[in-house]
Amino acid sequence: MAVEARLRWGLVPLTFAADAPFLVPYRIRKQRRRETLTDMSQLRIVVLVKQVPDTQNVTGDAMKEDGTVNRAALPAVFNPEDLNALEEALRLKDRHGARVTVVTMGPPAAVQVLRESLYRGVDEVILLTDKAFAGADTLATSYVLSLAVRKLGGCDLVLCGRQAIDGDTAQVGPQTAEKLGYPQITCVSRVDELVAPAGGAGGAVTATRSIEGGYETLTSLLPCLLTVTGEANEPRPPSVKLVMTYKGIAAESMPDYDDTYLDPESDAAEVCMVGRDGRPVCRAKVVQWDHLALAADREALGLRGSPTRVKEIESVVLAQSEARMVTPDEAGLAILVHELIEEHILG
Amino acid sequence: MSNFYSDNPDLQATLRGLDLARIVRLREDDYRQAGEFAYAPRDFEDALDSYERTLAIVGDIAGEFVEPRAEDVDRAGSELVDGEVRYAPGIAQSLERLKQADLMGITLPRKYGGLNFPITVSVMIVEMVSRADPALMNIFGLQDIAETVSKFANDEMKAAYLPRFASGEVTASMALTEPEAGSDLQNVQLKATEQPDGTWRLSGVKRFITNGCGQLSLVLARSEEGTTDARGLSMFLYERDAHMRIRRLEDKLGIHGSPTCELQFDDAPALLVGERRRGLTTYVMSLMNGARLAIAAQAQGIAEAAYRAAAKYAQERVQFGAPIAELTAVRGMLADMKVSLEAARALLYETALIVDMKEVLERRIAHITAPGADAGGPGLQHPSPSPSSSAAGPEGSADELKALRAELKKYTRLAALFTPLVKACCTEMANTVAYESLQIHGGSGYMRDFAVERHSRDARITNIYEGTTQLQVVAAIGGVLGGTLAARLGEYDAEGFAATPELLARVRVARARLAEAIARVRALDDVRYRDFHARRLVETAIAVSCGYLMLRAAQGDARKLLAARYFVDAMAARVEGAVVQVLGGEPAMLDALPALGRD
Repeated sequence: MAVEARLRWGLVPLTFAADAPFLVPYRIRKQRRRETLTDMSQLRIVVLVKQVPDTQNVTGDAMKEDGTVNRAALPAVFNPEDLNALEEALRLKDRHGARVTVVTMGPPAAVQVLRESLYRGVDEVILLTDKAFAGADTLATSYVLSLAVRKLGGCDLVLCGRQAIDGDTAQVGPQTAEKLGYPQITCVSRVDELVAPAGGAGGAVTATRSIEGGYETLTSLLPCLLTVTGEANEPRPPSVKLVMTYKGIAAESMPDYDDTYLDPESDAAEVCMVGRDGRPVCRAKVVQWDHLALAADREALGLRGSPTRVKEIESVVLAQSEARMVTPDEAGLAILVHELIEEHILG
Repeated sequence: MSNFYSDNPDLQATLRGLDLARIVRLREDDYRQAGEFAYAPRDFEDALDSYERTLAIVGDIAGEFVEPRAEDVDRAGSELVDGEVRYAPGIAQSLERLKQADLMGITLPRKYGGLNFPITVSVMIVEMVSRADPALMNIFGLQDIAETVSKFANDEMKAAYLPRFASGEVTASMALTEPEAGSDLQNVQLKATEQPDGTWRLSGVKRFITNGCGQLSLVLARSEEGTTDARGLSMFLYERDAHMRIRRLEDKLGIHGSPTCELQFDDAPALLVGERRRGLTTYVMSLMNGARLAIAAQAQGIAEAAYRAAAKYAQERVQFGAPIAELTAVRGMLADMKVSLEAARALLYETALIVDMKEVLERRIAHITAPGADAGGPGLQHPSPSPSSSAAGPEGSADELKALRAELKKYTRLAALFTPLVKACCTEMANTVAYESLQIHGGSGYMRDFAVERHSRDARITNIYEGTTQLQVVAAIGGVLGGTLAARLGEYDAEGFAATPELLARVRVARARLAEAIARVRALDDVRYRDFHARRLVETAIAVSCGYLMLRAAQGDARKLLAARYFVDAMAARVEGAVVQVLGGEPAMLDALPALGRD
């Protein structure tokens, strides 16, 4: 799929010039945006996040008899690489000014990852929850997420974690990009440069991605989707002021997309503090959308829309083997390399 | 995953056990601020929940971010490059982190961007940050400077500077010490000269200035020409410019991440804080009291780290076929450390609560007597009826005012006694715990491979700066002899402690013995004898106070009951030893002191 995407959208290494195909999605986006946005010049970033069972602190009852994850036994957390994607979005906001919107699909309890996002300074959060979404595989999930991004009027940049620690598929980001018709750069370990769209000219993003054996730096015109790895950054802590502001916030169903409450000048807005940049911060809402709000095709949703079938699950028990310390110097390394060659692991 | 709040049940229980309800209600103007600020609490439950969430966030930053950098910070230290101080990389990163979390104005009023948290909660934050890296605390904990500006500067200065503190844009220093004026601050020489436009110019040298490279400094200077005492000193706010040069950085035993600067002021422009001549007598005393509480918390944090290092090492180190933690001698050392840690913590937060109470009473009284003063409004807010002026007026009756003033008098006295007590208690305890922890580590502890040698070096400054333990004794002895202590111990005693009658009886014996020793010193009325035994009296006062506080914690808590019992066993013996010495000594014997010092 990666190769195909390059051909279609012309993801090019830095040395190549940008070409005509880039302009197509950009024009479409401009038209869509006009309907909803009050501030046309503002960079718009959507971050896709997921609430996952915490597989980092696994206990004995983490897996059920049938080999599936026992979600009840594991605390729910913010998927770690989604937090890296969020941090990247917030850094771009710090640098360029942007509206950062976080979208998650999940059960009502997933509102917690949206609160966590608000604690870190995002502007807008959307909860996609509906019984019809349940049991979705990556295809059905990316369908719903792409509908949400469209309903938001599109954006300049979609950021998401490379993969979630529960399923580890790394498919939702790429599939969402496909459905939106955005170019994508996966496994991003660094966002090098962003040129925000200005004066009718489309912007561009340059990012470095981890590939086997090294790194690759690519530039894409906007809009673009990036999947971000844990290498990219160390996510910021929550702001205690924002924690106190949003700790009790609940989701409210708002089927029609109306973002006037985010405009400090409007009557719908409630300015709740002055941001670090000196600009007024409007109190956010947790906007909840179901399949009706997204005008989704029922057949493409949830279990019904998921062609993935689990054939078999193998429960692998890793036995602990011996660990050895190697002195961190030339001699220690030489001995280690020698042993690895001896055992035909290297060479 | 390491969180210095959630891994510390004693700290969590401390927060829940403290009687903060009235303090928070007064601090929050009966929760009227909730209408003005999105992040203000609606009621006490809400506030407590916010404190706990905040402490968990700080615990996470301390455990996951700050502590892993502490060793590198210690090795790298600060550097002076072209007259500018460069923090160790870990210090700069951690400060940025704390800034992102909005933790740079913990106790400041909300209208200046602060959190308006009680001092007690900020002390807990300082304790956790210090457990991770005490050098970072030195820069982070200088928020006391902003607190001093908040208390004594005029509205214009507050509006200009406090938001910069709260956002973390600036860090600051308190420039008090000079080469010839250390403990004896009334000898400060740095000269302040008034200009025709009302601003001032500073000239002279300051030494041992923690974070002297900070953007802002509170400088104690001699504003009244021809004076030689404390009344000729005023306080100034100086912002870094070309008129101040950092001459050198000290090469220290510990807290390497905290730059200690020598500053030379050459006709440097500065603003007067508050009134002339009150620099040392009022403002520095207030600043120092806040800083002393913070240093006690810093020591508490170091002790916590050192104890945990010892407990971990003792579990892992196998000798004679078993972990050394199973040897009774080592177990006893660990128990001593843990129990003294908990006793000191009890005194630390008792003191924090006293200081909190004093502060809110001061604010409440100021509010009633001068309603509307300092009601600058929150700045960018939707219009809402201002709660400050209308609410306090009519209900602030003369009777209420009288009662509040009496209460304030009591808490001012208690704060003046307990602040030096707790500074002495926690910092000496931290040194003992670090010493014992290194001892448990054996030869390994003497190597730089383990953190305990760093804890030992870092702890060593705590009982020196912000007034040596000997000066804390001087500051506390008046309250110990004069009745403030006896009255407070009487209040503790009246709490009943019905669950532990036997332990109560033993604490009462210690209290009675302390009273005997105090009576003897008073009856002798001999300044030299008092000064000679002052440290024993103060140590005993600390021991008995901690005894009552441990009893309080033991009510209905089986683990704490064990700790209280263990504490009282050792405490009773120590008190008895000290009392025997005070009761048995003769003033005439002190004539021999000079001779003892000769070979």
